[in-house]
Order: sequence, then C-alpha cells, then structure tokens
Amino acid sequence: MGKSREALLGPIFNQNPIALQILGICSALAVTSKLETAVTMCFAVIFVTAFSGASVSLIRKHIPSSIRIIVQMTIIASLVIVVDQFLKAYAFDMSKQLSVFVGLIITNCIVMGRAEAFAMKEGVGLSFLDGVGNGLGYSIILLFVGVIRELFGSGQLFGQDILAMASEGGWYVPNGLLLLPPSAFFIIGGFIWILRSFKTDQVEEEG
Amino acid sequence: MPRETVGRTFLVALSVCVVFSVLVSTAAVTLRPIQEINKLLDKKKNILLAAGLMEEGKSIDDLFAAVEAKVVDLASGEYVAEVDPETYEQREAVKDPSLSVEIAGTALAGIKRRAKYAPVYLVKKGGALDRVILPVHGKGLWSTLYGFIALDTKDLSTIKGLVFYEHAETPGLGGEVDNPNWKALWKNKIAFGASGDVRIEVIRGSVVSGRPGSQHQVDGLSGATITSRGVSGLLKYWLGPAGFGPYLDKMRT
Repeated sequence: MGKSREALLGPIFNQNPIALQILGICSALAVTSKLETAVTMCFAVIFVTAFSGASVSLIRKHIPSSIRIIVQMTIIASLVIVVDQFLKAYAFDMSKQLSVFVGLIITNCIVMGRAEAFAMKEGVGLSFLDGVGNGLGYSIILLFVGVIRELFGSGQLFGQDILAMASEGGWYVPNGLLLLPPSAFFIIGGFIWILRSFKTDQVEEEG
Repeated sequence: MPRETVGRTFLVALSVCVVFSVLVSTAAVTLRPIQEINKLLDKKKNILLAAGLMEEGKSIDDLFAAVEAKVVDLASGEYVAEVDPETYEQREAVKDPSLSVEIAGTALAGIKRRAKYAPVYLVKKGGALDRVILPVHGKGLWSTLYGFIALDTKDLSTIKGLVFYEHAETPGLGGEVDNPNWKALWKNKIAFGASGDVRIEVIRGSVVSGRPGSQHQVDGLSGATITSRGVSGLLKYWLGPAGFGPYLDKMRT
C-alpha cells in the first residue's frame, strides 16, 4: 500500500517531473496560454504516461536491452496516435488548437523518462500508478500556469470573463506578456521557488 | 531462452509492432467516420466565417442552410450541373489528371496544378444574391494555405472576409493569418482596380489610410514576409483570369 501510494502521490509535489526533474517544459510553455487547452493536454499526458508505463512494465522481462528504447518509443508513439485520433474525433476544435503538441507528447521527456526509469523495473499496477502520478504532477503545474496566464493575460478562465477588461469598458488592463510563451518560464520558476521554500530538501547544493 | 539473442530481439520487435499497429489502425479506422464529419463541419464553419454569417451557439448545419453550393468550370466560368457540390473534392481532383490542368509558367499561387472545377458558395439575403464565397489556396512559407474569400455580389469586388482553415505556417509569425485582428482588416477592401485587374495585396508594414490605393492594401504580417507574399499571390491567382476571373465576369453581366 505504502509503495503504490508513493508511486501515485509522490510525483505530485515530492518528485514533481517539471519542478524537480525539470522535464517536459516545452509543452508546458506552449499549451498553457488558455486553461482549456491545458486541461486537454493534461488528460492526454496522464493517459499516455499511465498506459505506456503499464505496457512497458507488462513486457519488461521480454524486452532485450539492446532495443529497449525503441520498444518504449513504439509503445508511446502508438498511444499518442490513439489519443490524437480520439481528439480529432471528439474534440476537433481542441485538436486544431493543440495541433502539433499532442504529437509531441511522444518526445515529452516525462513519458520516456518514467518508462525507462520506473516501468522497466517495477510491476504493472505500480507502473500504471506511477504513470498517473507523473501525469498528475505535470498537470498540477500546467493548471497552475494556465490559471495565471489566462486570468491575468486575457481576464478569463475557461473562456468565461472573470476580470472586466479595459478594452470592453472594465477596469482590468491585461498583461500581454502572459500570453506569450516566455511568461510560462517565469511562472514555472516562481512555482519551483515556492515549492523549494517549503520542501528545502529539493534545493540543489551549490558548487 | 536467453533474452539477448538476435532471434529473440527480432521476435520482440516484431510482436510489439504487430500488437501496436493493430491498436493504432483500429483507432484510426473506427474513428474515421466521426473525424470526416468534423472536417466537413469545420469547412462549413469556415465558409460561414468568411461570409460573416457565423453565430455562436447556433448549429452550423442550420446556419449553412442559407448557403447554396455550386460547382463552376473555371475555364468557362459556367456552372457544372452534373457534378454534385456535396461530394466534389477539389483537392482530390487536383491529383486526377483528367480533372485537373497544369498551370503554365511561374504560378502566383505557387501551385503546379489546379482542378478544372471549383466549388462556389452563394449566400442569399431576402431572395437576392448577397455574397459569393470562393475557395482559394496557395503556397506560403512551409505549407499550402487553404481558405475562403467572400465577395459582396453588389460589385463582386468588395471583400467581406478572408479565412484560412488549413495551413502549417510558423505559429506567431505566418500563423497570424488566423489572428482575428488581421482577418478583420480584409473587410471592405476592394479586390479589383478600375480596369478589372486584381489589385488587392498584402503590403510590407502598415497601410496608411487615405493614401491612393490603400483600399487595395492590407497590413503585412511582421516577421512573415513569405507568408504575406503567398497570400497576395494566391489571391491574385484565384481572382485573376486563370482562376475565378471568367466566373466573376459572367456574374457581372
């Protein structure tokens, strides 16, 4: 029980893939200017990390180490295509907005990293939970960044007006920087700072 | 059996490939019908957007009822009755030698072949023809841009809207063809000059309003010279004599 709990919940704050391991930054910059795309991306990544972890773990004893990375890539790529096809079928507008970034989950280091570092060693159930956990850890950051960027960048959440925009007679002058990808760097940086102030064991040693 | 033999490696690679290709093809095949419906809806939505008829919260199919699709023979400008506009695919026709023609010389739109027939979409308002929407496409920097241009039927020269529904230009630079602010610039621009030549173009920098010719000009996309040029080129081609020119001439008379 303790181990599965650790596999599921550990990656959210203690072993967060973005904040501690600094993996998967690229898509975190690209899809977070709106919460809607961020949430879709979260589900896509959770699905892929969970099932790729389980599949890799299922055949881990049969994968020859000389081709293990290719086998992992094949599994991950197939799952990503399935997700992409589903989005095209059931959330067409969303898949147009996410465009290449769904496909780029293949190269998201979190997925590959967990398959290689965890699923190759641990059991199926545990690897599945580890996948879900890492997906959640990624999601937490994406949602955190997405909320800040959409709220202060365009005065909305999920496309609903929250802050009255100055351009429409309200009081809020939006910060255009937040709609540009670099702003996500600052927010992720801020998140890491806050996180490490509470969890001082995550602070890297100097030198 | 040891894990690291050549045979074992091939066996694992092969079985992984088989299992996952079945998974991927099942997903692709079973979901294709739904995806096709989405694509069609998206196309209709973009036609409505170009025409300025799109309203949030209303069914696209209901709104599209106001639009009549017809197929035009580009060379003669006549309607082709025997081709069903519902099923005619201009993009497929380009690949079919019997349904397409080669474009001689250096084409403005950067494309080498074009279909003989093209769909047009007519919008009526109160019984009278109000707008005509023409499909256009041409090369930008990385990709072929596919879009629709809506013309006012009063003079067949006033542009009512231009949208691109498919392209792969650089997001943030050429991809700004999707920017609503930029698209809004096209409204009420005049496509043709006094002598009937295509004058509309995307210029470098911003248009100074009031200067002669500014009614034919649209601001360039900064950082996207080639995409901007591509948009100018494809409009010159499709509105010109090799494109919808004969059809527009017929409509004027």
